[in-house]
Amino acid sequence: MNPVTVLRKFFDRHGLFVGGYLLAAVTFWMLMMIILPQLTMLDFSFRDNLPPSKVGGPEDVYTMANYTFLVFGSPGNPEPFNVVDLSVFGRTILAAVFVTVFDFMICYPIAYFLAQVARGGVARLVVLSLVVPFWVNELLRAFAFKILFGASGVINTFIVTIGLVDQPVDFIKADIALYAGLGYAYILLMIFPIYNAIESLDKNQIEAARDLGSPWWRIHWRIVMPFAKPGITSGCTMVFMLSAGALAAPQILGGPSSLWFTQLIYQWFNTGGNWPRGSAYAIVLLASCIIFVLLMMRLFKVKLGEIGR
Amino acid sequence: MSAGVGVELDDVWVRFGDFVAVREANVNIKGGEFFSFLGPSGCGKTTILRAISGFLEPSEGTVSIGGANMAGIGPNKRPTALIFQNLALFPLMTVWENISFSMEVKGAGKKERRHRADELLELIALADQGEKMVHELSGGQRQRVAIARALCAQPDVLLLDEPLSALDLKLRQHMRTELRAIQQQVGITFIYITHDQGEALTMSDNVAVMRDGVIEQVADGQAIYDDPATPFVASFVGENNVLSGKVTALSKNVATVDTNLGKLRARVATAVQGGLNTGDRAMLFVRPEAVGIVETGSRGGNKISATVVTEEFEGSNYHVFMETAAGEPLKMSLVNKGQSRASATGTKLTVTFDADRAVALPVGALASE
Repeated sequence: MNPVTVLRKFFDRHGLFVGGYLLAAVTFWMLMMIILPQLTMLDFSFRDNLPPSKVGGPEDVYTMANYTFLVFGSPGNPEPFNVVDLSVFGRTILAAVFVTVFDFMICYPIAYFLAQVARGGVARLVVLSLVVPFWVNELLRAFAFKILFGASGVINTFIVTIGLVDQPVDFIKADIALYAGLGYAYILLMIFPIYNAIESLDKNQIEAARDLGSPWWRIHWRIVMPFAKPGITSGCTMVFMLSAGALAAPQILGGPSSLWFTQLIYQWFNTGGNWPRGSAYAIVLLASCIIFVLLMMRLFKVKLGEIGR
Repeated sequence: MSAGVGVELDDVWVRFGDFVAVREANVNIKGGEFFSFLGPSGCGKTTILRAISGFLEPSEGTVSIGGANMAGIGPNKRPTALIFQNLALFPLMTVWENISFSMEVKGAGKKERRHRADELLELIALADQGEKMVHELSGGQRQRVAIARALCAQPDVLLLDEPLSALDLKLRQHMRTELRAIQQQVGITFIYITHDQGEALTMSDNVAVMRDGVIEQVADGQAIYDDPATPFVASFVGENNVLSGKVTALSKNVATVDTNLGKLRARVATAVQGGLNTGDRAMLFVRPEAVGIVETGSRGGNKISATVVTEEFEGSNYHVFMETAAGEPLKMSLVNKGQSRASATGTKLTVTFDADRAVALPVGALASE
């Protein structure tokens, strides 16, 4: 079908007003909110950080300098690579993977319970108690976690009092507070896609597997998880992307020695005053995350279209 | 092959809150038998099946399989395999993986599983289809895969929950024959749930007819059809003309019932012999094929005058719908022997039936259409 027929059919089905609105809104969203800002960012990342007077002048040329800096550091760097920034990058990706796996392990049972086991009132209560905490501002939640995990926080007071440990544990330094905060922040984004997928699973499939002698773990491994794969992928992708790109939680809950890659970006943009370099760092993070997700999807044999289901 | 493993329900009750789904069920299903539970939807037949397969525990009473009490034993530990109404094949597995799932559970190697799956594919006439996905098969083929998957678990008892209901008529009739053949080949006990009396009668050794959680009659197909134990069974299984009245005389198990069409004679159903007395209200059931046109010069017997309302031609039979003098409907089915069809609307006929081919029962609830 050629684009004109597609467009005509679209307007025939939805009418001029609704069709026009949908088209305009989606176009605006895609173009103005997503594509243009990212393109500007991309353009920025290939330029030098010039004072305003020199912008557009003979020195304003495309350069790879910002990317080379991320990989090799400043020209006077004695190391072969920019060890500091690259290790922050690597640690951020690893930590985001960890948060994703951790979230999946917590959320899958809840999603399964909601979709297949719980009925009416109980299900509503669980959903409500999952959603309501998110009415609290993200920053407030992060600070609350900081208080909770602090040296004289509730958790430390409790475990010291019952004699589990002699000295308060430094949860902040061990990054436990950070992982807990990040994990908690994206719980809903993991639960609901999985819940959606499992809900449409025919109960008879589960009963059939059980009737054929299957223990519960194999039912999940062979029947429920393969069926919920699109939902699992969707949830994991969102949690991974958002964890890798989180700023508030690492800023507040991160230990003094552990920088998150987004914090580096923030520093370049803000205190460093070097927008092009910040852009380059941001583009690298975005591209790496997308490539990583696509690789994972290839590994688990999920098609991109399935996520939208 | 051994005699197979029997199933016994002893005084089984199933309650969901205040609702009684199954009431005092006592059934003894012999090993190697093809046994059907027949009844309208909501009569509790599926509940009984779930109690046998272990997906629910009876509120009271015991389910025994092969003489062993099944209380507290989960569905994955019982020697039963269930074929679901919607089959519940696994859509993300190939046909052969579906069939051999029960072996995968037991940790059998791939080679062994594949070999066994191929054997079963042979049995269900689907050899070489093992690599396909379930959605690539036709309805009848899926049906057979579901049977193979259940048989692969080597159950002692195969439970079938209306598995043919989604198929079209031709295929359904074909699958009946096939199911029966498979049952005779493997020799295990089949317990079949259906609301389709045709399925129950053609395939089963014995049938239990259920209504509102109560088993009304357990007997072989012929007895269910010819010698129903209750008005519900009489009206649910096959078609029946119903005439009600009062018993005025009883002799040698033949009751004379005084209806608004006069006195008619009918055999007292075996189940109520001795229980139906003179003076009782009774229902008299006559099958349409037991009704015939009175030939000139015949004497005695039950005679009813009726007017033809309409006639249907079904190929092998004519169905004549009449109205009696009392305004009640009466149906007569005549075998098509090439005779001329003279019964135009409004024709007055005198019809008859043998007392032996009609059944008298105490008044009771009928099956609603």
